[in-house]
Amino acid sequence: MPQSAEKVLDHAKLFQEPEYVEMFERKRAEFENAPPAPMVKEIGDWTKSWEYREKNLGREALCINPAKACQPLGAVFAGAGYEGSLSFVHGSQGCVAYYRSHLARHFKEPSSAVSSSMTEDAAVFGGLNNMIDGLANAYALYSPKMIAVSTTCMAEVIGDDLNSFILQAKEKGSVPQDFAVPYAHTPAFVGSHIDGYDNMQKGILETFWKDAKRVPGEGINIIPGFDGFAVGNIRELKRMLALMGVETTILSDVSDVYDTPSDGEFRMYAGGTSLDEVKGALNAKATVSMQEYCSRKTLEFCEEHGQATASFHYPLGVRATDEFLMAMTDLTGTTIPDSLKLERGRLVDALADSQSYLHGKTYAIFGDPDFVYAMARFLLETGGEPRHCLATNGGKAWEKQMRELLASSPFGKDCQVWAGKDLWALRSIMATEPVDLLIGNSHGKYLERDLGTPLIRLAFPIFDRHHHHRFPTWGYQGAINVLVKILDKIFDRLDAESGAPGQDISFDLTR
Amino acid sequence: MDSMNADTAEMREQLIEEVLAAYPDKSRKKRQKHLAVAQPAPADDPAIASKCDGVKSNIKSLPGVMTIRGCAYAGSKGVVWGPVKDMVHISHGPVGCGQYSWSQRRNYYTGTTGVDSFVTMQITTDFQEKDIVFGGDKKLDKVIDEIAELFPLAKGISVQSECPIGLIGDDIEAVSRKKAKEIGKTIVPVRCEGFRGVSQSLGHHIANDSIRDWVLEKEGTATGPQPGPYDINIVGDYNIGGDAWASRRLLEEMGLRVVGNWSGDATLAEMERAPKAKLNLIHCYRSMNYICRYMEEKYGIPWMEYNFFGPSQIAASLRAVAQKFDETIQENAEKVIAKYQPLVDAVLAKYRPRLEGKSVMLYVGGLRPRHVVTAYDDLGMVIAGTGYEFAHADDYKRTGEFIKEGTLIYDDVTGYELEKFVEKIRPDLVGSGIKEKYPVQKMGIPFRQMHSWDYSGPYHGYDGFAIFARDMDLAINNPVWDLFSAPWGEKAA
Repeated sequence: MPQSAEKVLDHAKLFQEPEYVEMFERKRAEFENAPPAPMVKEIGDWTKSWEYREKNLGREALCINPAKACQPLGAVFAGAGYEGSLSFVHGSQGCVAYYRSHLARHFKEPSSAVSSSMTEDAAVFGGLNNMIDGLANAYALYSPKMIAVSTTCMAEVIGDDLNSFILQAKEKGSVPQDFAVPYAHTPAFVGSHIDGYDNMQKGILETFWKDAKRVPGEGINIIPGFDGFAVGNIRELKRMLALMGVETTILSDVSDVYDTPSDGEFRMYAGGTSLDEVKGALNAKATVSMQEYCSRKTLEFCEEHGQATASFHYPLGVRATDEFLMAMTDLTGTTIPDSLKLERGRLVDALADSQSYLHGKTYAIFGDPDFVYAMARFLLETGGEPRHCLATNGGKAWEKQMRELLASSPFGKDCQVWAGKDLWALRSIMATEPVDLLIGNSHGKYLERDLGTPLIRLAFPIFDRHHHHRFPTWGYQGAINVLVKILDKIFDRLDAESGAPGQDISFDLTR
Repeated sequence: MDSMNADTAEMREQLIEEVLAAYPDKSRKKRQKHLAVAQPAPADDPAIASKCDGVKSNIKSLPGVMTIRGCAYAGSKGVVWGPVKDMVHISHGPVGCGQYSWSQRRNYYTGTTGVDSFVTMQITTDFQEKDIVFGGDKKLDKVIDEIAELFPLAKGISVQSECPIGLIGDDIEAVSRKKAKEIGKTIVPVRCEGFRGVSQSLGHHIANDSIRDWVLEKEGTATGPQPGPYDINIVGDYNIGGDAWASRRLLEEMGLRVVGNWSGDATLAEMERAPKAKLNLIHCYRSMNYICRYMEEKYGIPWMEYNFFGPSQIAASLRAVAQKFDETIQENAEKVIAKYQPLVDAVLAKYRPRLEGKSVMLYVGGLRPRHVVTAYDDLGMVIAGTGYEFAHADDYKRTGEFIKEGTLIYDDVTGYELEKFVEKIRPDLVGSGIKEKYPVQKMGIPFRQMHSWDYSGPYHGYDGFAIFARDMDLAINNPVWDLFSAPWGEKAA
């Protein structure tokens, strides 16, 4: 009997016990009508061949293991970053259960959002009543300071008009007339979560800036973008800007939302950009986005209101941080303090100390477009060679930017850019043109298992490792965190590969 | 009813009133019907311990209240179909549904993923605007060709409809029929659009119906071993964390032959062969009773519910199952129970003293809010409240078999209600889902996810009970709960 009370075995060990192994074999042999093992081996090998790669990359309709989610997820994330804000998604209720679960699994934090719970009748007659009752219930139960409305694809397909519905709900007294209900249409069949983020941000600014007159000031707005490391990154961003003495408003500050303490109290709302700050953000001199592809429409909207704008690709590494800080000085006339220069020097010092392990390492990277750009750029600084850069939600413009970046360094010359491809395509790509390391999110663990390429988790979602999001990846200090993660993986691999018993070769104590 | 119970019951009635006070009038009246305290069992019904079917259930959730429920797609793709390992399940529509449900139910299986098994893959038609405008049938057609080419060992395909499919008038049945002929494999169209019904539950039903119509009613597909006198199917066990395996072992040990496992670690062949079995054993009644009833009607296969959570119910179930067979099997059942008794004794000796008297609130799907209750009883723990996301009236009736009067009952609980109930009752443990986990833990109350076993398991069977006991102990008796208050208190603030 494999189980005992003294040493309880759970699934990780239990199913390796002979009783279970035999049972699996018997089930497979007698009942499963499974293909014979040699055939499974043959087909398995074939899936890693060039022939299979051609078919796989030639797919025109089928999508397998994509690295993207749908718009409303981004809208819920953006909406969560405001003071007392409750995300309300108009449409089917299952979607909201999914967004909440997805975010909770990544941040290991509560994730509150409500749905208007539309069903068949709403599909026929429209979801106006769901909006009226839904806003009233959400307002009464959860006492939000604003409700950020987005849509599931159901509401989009039947063409519900959010603006009109919200006005009618207000007339019916669901929420007070002056209560903020920003909204954004976020069809799941257009773009991805990063577009939903953009649309919701724009919707929020539209609501708070409506009818207000801009009195240009000196402040700077910053849009962080959809980011699994938002908790660490937004705090790091604020710290750097405080050191520079720059007055900023973070538009959607989720850093405290997805990092509440355990002290006996559940805080459904914590932190977030205050509503006064959002109103005041109209007067800012400029709005700066940390992630271009999360904010194209929002920045356009800011420009229409007379603000200067600038956008970055997830500033990570030496030169990306340099550029970001210098752009901030250009915008504000402040200078970069010596303390940041010191941090820069420490990052460069770390890179120099470890360069022999980094130089010439090859990488595949996947994730959102700005992240992949940032990661590739940093790896180029380390002497690493990105070979495959993939963004399922990256388009032609991103592809062009990537090519320009890669052309700027001799370390980028062998890199291929895969816009719109998914992780099953990446499996073929890496099987036929292998790399040393894979950088992406938890979904990459299947590639790691199938191909043996070590995975470094640096992008959303990270479900199977804890707390990484608490540490920044932006700025000079963030880059040191990233560097350490990469190096740890390299060193662990080196030890694992050289630690065979019966010899003492390459298993060095000092590296 | 003793006086303490009476007090508790009254306090809980009062708590319900307090919580309902927050709602706007119209919604309060509706929610009122879903909250209750378990009443004394009627004297003429000795089978039940309390009366729990006073609540209304399987009714639309109110908008804006933060229901914890999911949708029909989640019930079909996520629960019933998704675990069938040698078929490719297409999330048909936009990318999100498949992305969020990707690998989240921990349906373990043997097999080579991407080669002969496909459960932990996210396969979608990834609808774009043009597919909405012009319809998605052509895309589906092409997607099936591409699956056939890339996954030659897949035994079949299911088409799991997302919301837009039913709204734009696609004919996935026609496409499925045509393509099944072309590729020579089973293709199952499933109309589980998320807006259908009020919860996951209709998705289960629709998925069951699609098994009936597109798998069982297909002629001449079942191949495999000759039927035997001890053939059974395990139905409604999704092998979460390996549950179905811990169950299968016991049934095999007592001499039964498990010819099909629905649908954890299942193959299409096992489903096709199911009608030749002698008995269907159903664990999750809510999600798969439909197909059991159908098989009874059509093929005359009897079915029975069983419960493999906790030693009391495991033993009772093994005996009840054995009753359906001959004396040999009945003797074997006793042998199996005796064989595992030392393990049970050791587990109880170790963990019961650490858990005795601890109170538990549950809020889970359609089965566990009643089925796990006796496993807690075995450990000496007390159920303070329980409720279902998507149960029907027959589930609440069955709940009375397991829980005592005075237990708080909440159907389709809202985030607000659950938070308030937990805050006031302050149980020693809450068992619910990922969305509930962190709010509860922030309050300083231990929590276990009871959908996914919190990444542990199995919990079924004797092997699973040891893990269940260990997990409840580690959740409740971890030292972290004593660290919540800073030692300097309020004064220094």
